[in-house]
Amino acid sequence: MARVAAPLAPVSNIDSDAKLAFVEFLLTSVDVQESARRAVDWLVAHVPVTEAAVLVLDGPGNEMLLVAEHGISSGAIIDFALARDDTRHPLVEALSGSETIYIQNLAAHHPSPLESRTFHAVPLRADASEASYGLLLVSGPGRDLDADTVWVGRTLGKHVSRLIGRQALAETRFGQERMLLYSIINAVTDPILLTDTEGKLIIANSHAEKLFAAPEEASEGWRRAAALNNMLFSAALSTSAVGMSELARRELLLVDPLEGSDLLFELMSSRAKDERQGTYVVSILRNVTDLARAKEEIEESYRTLRVAQAEVRDERHRLDLIIDSVADPILVTDQEGDIVLMNTPAERLFNAPGLEDEAALRRVRANGANLTSFVSNVLTRSGEQRYRGEIQLTDPLVGRPLPVEALAGTILSEQGELMWVVTILHDLTEAIEKARLYEQLKQASVELERKVQEATAELAEQNELLRRQHIALEQASNLKSQFLANMSHEFRTPLNAILGYTHMLLNNVTGQVTDPQRKSLTRIDSNAKHLLALINDILDITRIEAGRMPLNATTFRVSELFDEVQSELEPIIKRSNLTVATKQRGTVPSVRSDRQKVKQIVLNLLSNALKFTPAGSVTMTASYDLRRKEVAIAVKDTGVGIPAEDQVKVFEDFRQLDSSPARGYGGTGLGLSICRRLANMLDGTIDLESAVGRGSTFTLRLPAKARRR
Amino acid sequence: MSTREQPLVLVVEDYQDAREMYAAYLQFSGYGVAEAANGIEAVEKTQALLPDIVLMDLALPRMDGWEATRRLKADPRTRHIPIVALTGHALAGHAEGAREAGCDAFVTKPCLPDALVAEIKRLLDQQSSKSENKTSSSTTKTRKRP
Repeated sequence: MARVAAPLAPVSNIDSDAKLAFVEFLLTSVDVQESARRAVDWLVAHVPVTEAAVLVLDGPGNEMLLVAEHGISSGAIIDFALARDDTRHPLVEALSGSETIYIQNLAAHHPSPLESRTFHAVPLRADASEASYGLLLVSGPGRDLDADTVWVGRTLGKHVSRLIGRQALAETRFGQERMLLYSIINAVTDPILLTDTEGKLIIANSHAEKLFAAPEEASEGWRRAAALNNMLFSAALSTSAVGMSELARRELLLVDPLEGSDLLFELMSSRAKDERQGTYVVSILRNVTDLARAKEEIEESYRTLRVAQAEVRDERHRLDLIIDSVADPILVTDQEGDIVLMNTPAERLFNAPGLEDEAALRRVRANGANLTSFVSNVLTRSGEQRYRGEIQLTDPLVGRPLPVEALAGTILSEQGELMWVVTILHDLTEAIEKARLYEQLKQASVELERKVQEATAELAEQNELLRRQHIALEQASNLKSQFLANMSHEFRTPLNAILGYTHMLLNNVTGQVTDPQRKSLTRIDSNAKHLLALINDILDITRIEAGRMPLNATTFRVSELFDEVQSELEPIIKRSNLTVATKQRGTVPSVRSDRQKVKQIVLNLLSNALKFTPAGSVTMTASYDLRRKEVAIAVKDTGVGIPAEDQVKVFEDFRQLDSSPARGYGGTGLGLSICRRLANMLDGTIDLESAVGRGSTFTLRLPAKARRR
Repeated sequence: MSTREQPLVLVVEDYQDAREMYAAYLQFSGYGVAEAANGIEAVEKTQALLPDIVLMDLALPRMDGWEATRRLKADPRTRHIPIVALTGHALAGHAEGAREAGCDAFVTKPCLPDALVAEIKRLLDQQSSKSENKTSSSTTKTRKRP
């Protein structure tokens, strides 16, 4: 690369008309670009150049921009700009220099507006003393620059320097005004925005920027809040039809990007029309958040107040109902003792407005006086929360005495001052009556208890007496049995002698006795035998009753027993001329019982039957009741029979029907009594069926198997 | 066993009328009779006389019939002599007590003389048939009631 000062241009050969036209154009043009393009076109038309371009400093003078060109085919250099602080660039050096320089083979690392890297750079300036405002670049004719090109450069330079210098002055003044305006709108505390009709931001003051613009370093939340605010603002603008001149007011809810809280604004916007740049919208936002909140709070407290009032009213009403529903009178008195509140039952006692009766009014007054004295007692007793007492009242309507229990409680203020006394009265009439009845009951109970104790003691005494009597009786009974047993022994011994000697006399042991003597001896003998039989029977009964008749159970057949009994009574049967038969109905099993006692019963029954049957027959029948497991032995005769009314008596002691024939029939009259006793011992029974003149049937029923004792 | 012409019966009975009645009837019936009025006498007389049979009342003074029987049955000299207990007490226990004491038979008063004699005869017959079986060579026979 080589830089040399350009040689002086040769003499112009261009006619003066073309130059005049160019100069005239420049005089009418106030536009730098327009002037530059005209200059390039003029050069191309009148001078043999291949490429030409004009670079001009921008407003602030920081860089050079390409404003006009010719012959540059590549689109890449359209956006050419060269920073002024790139001082090593030959073009920047050319700008600060005063002479036209010839640049040959511009280094590749330096950007170049021309494709040819060898060209002339002509500084554009008013005169040599002033700084350049740009460069005219020309390549083509050769090393030497012709005079016309130099002329164009000088002419354009003067024109450009004039234009840019005036522009710079204007811009400086405009900038100052602008800064003033900015500071004014920034001083306004309300956010102010200038937008287009779509809401796109053009100018905003700092308060508005806080809401709608997020700086680079802003958090994600901030950025999102700003975006949201923009959206809300645009929507607010678009939804409202903003008239051409009128002021629109509406509320706008935005988000505080830093706090995240809601902010309520009043949005005032109006349109501003600019002839050149179209229609704008100026918006002012006024923060009314606190105002709205305060309003809401006032409304809320008012609502709360209304609700509380209603509740108090309801509560009061409920309380009245509750107090009135209590059957006991309730009164509230103030510290002066005056009644401030009472329920309906209390009113009946202390307040009788409807009453005409003089006596009733007097009673009401008396009640009031009694209550007052009670309450004054309560008032003088400081420190006690509860006070209980009894008051004598009177029912105003009927004059009935009304003793009541009064229970008073004090209500203190927050300062501990006595405010009210609440008194509840409880009717004691019933309680007193109950207590009286209870006392009576208690006395009766005590009396009863005393009597019971007396009776119990007496009973115990009697029991003891009875027990002793029982023991004595038992001893007596034992003694009696023993006595009877002994007595029978003592009876037997002489009787034994009587019978023995009589027997010996009758058997002629001591010599032949005469017939009358024999008759007498026979009487003695039979009476002694009767006496013996009586003694034996009494002994049997005694033994049974003393429980000294042991049972000895064996197994035997009833038929065998029949045979035995029959043969034992054979002499009597023969003498009687009766037919005695034995029968068995069905199968009769062996019996397990006390054989001796069963035999004694059957013997007795048969001998009775023989005794009381003048003619006919006696039948002994054995049968078995399978269901009851009982053996029945029936002794049936065709004798005199027993009248129904006597059928029970025959089993009693010493009973023989019609005492006179008893002797005739013989026997002790104890037989059936013993039989029944024996049968009972054996868990059996003896029954009788009989009719006068048609004979009798005695039936012994025994369990087939005696139970073990 | 006896060499006596008449079998000897010892009647032990404290009640004199009864004792003499039985004695009279036994003699009338052809028996030899000895008498005792109490238990001690009964034991002594049995040991002294060795009767063919003893008729023993149980309720006796000085020594009762049960005790006397026990002694006689305990004595080898008198053990073989049959004893017929005689009692007025029909109460249970008397008969058992008598058998336990060793009595061979038991008769309840009142007992007619001929019933008593029949019982004595039965026991003596039983006794002689036993001894006959034991000593077949013996020719002595109990004399029977005429």
